[in-house]
Amino acid sequence: MKAAVLVFPGSNCDRDLAVALTAAGAEVAMVWHKETSLPEGTDLVAVPGGFSYGDYLRAGAIAARSPVIAALRDHAERGGYVFGVCNGFQILCETGLLPGTLMRNRDLRYICRSVTLRVGTADSAFTSGWRAGEKVSFPIAHHDGNYTAGPGGLERLTGEDRVAFRYVTNPNGSEGDVAGILSDNRRILGMMPHPERAADPAQGGTDGAALFRAVTGVLAEA
Amino acid sequence: MKLRVTIMLKTGVLDPQGAAVRHALGSLGFPGVDDVRQGKVIELDLDETDPAAAEAQAAQMCEKLLANTVIEDYRIERA
Repeated sequence: MKAAVLVFPGSNCDRDLAVALTAAGAEVAMVWHKETSLPEGTDLVAVPGGFSYGDYLRAGAIAARSPVIAALRDHAERGGYVFGVCNGFQILCETGLLPGTLMRNRDLRYICRSVTLRVGTADSAFTSGWRAGEKVSFPIAHHDGNYTAGPGGLERLTGEDRVAFRYVTNPNGSEGDVAGILSDNRRILGMMPHPERAADPAQGGTDGAALFRAVTGVLAEA
Repeated sequence: MKLRVTIMLKTGVLDPQGAAVRHALGSLGFPGVDDVRQGKVIELDLDETDPAAAEAQAAQMCEKLLANTVIEDYRIERA
């Protein structure tokens, strides 16, 4: 199973993501944002956290228009799997591959701590290792994590069972306590919390490892 | 020609930065500040000399990059 981790100027979770994917059995390639194609046979594209382009204009806005995004879009349109964490989630929203956008946190503060999430659905390659309603703990580290789905968006996401994770206690004002959402084909996941920072006992928690095991497992069988 | 693009959060979208500025103005003793909305201004210097064509170009730039139309509105004026 082959994964590609995109790297933008200002990405800072790219290597964490690569380590977590490798530990789950993926063969990982790092792909610089100026590339115009993905490695042959890429099954999963991971878009890492960080502060691509210093969050200039809006978080993720410039990265979402960089050359590698055309290849990401082709991959997604072919039904390829995509996983965006934190800034990666913001970038996926800016590309339009996921609906809505992430605004400044309600209290205007950058928040960096572990939070408890409830798994919203087990019906995706990423979340199939859990039961819906199960609680997991992942760190968050963001200034712009206040999700808004746009008019009618949340009803649609809820109705289609596309909320992958919800905050148990809402830290940032996010609409409907949304922490992560799926695309309509359920193959693209964007989430603000960092499962890759809770994937090894040395990080103080291993809840995140289940996500990487689940998605690499599904894709290895495919 | 030069154009000025003003980007503001849509009416009804909560603006926590504007709210914080409003509070700060209140604590500085400015009375009667009912609301503050914070946005951004982008100045464009374009080769295009025809105003209508330049504005059309700027509108495309807003749709594709400068504004996030899920939450933001934009206004284009000649600078």
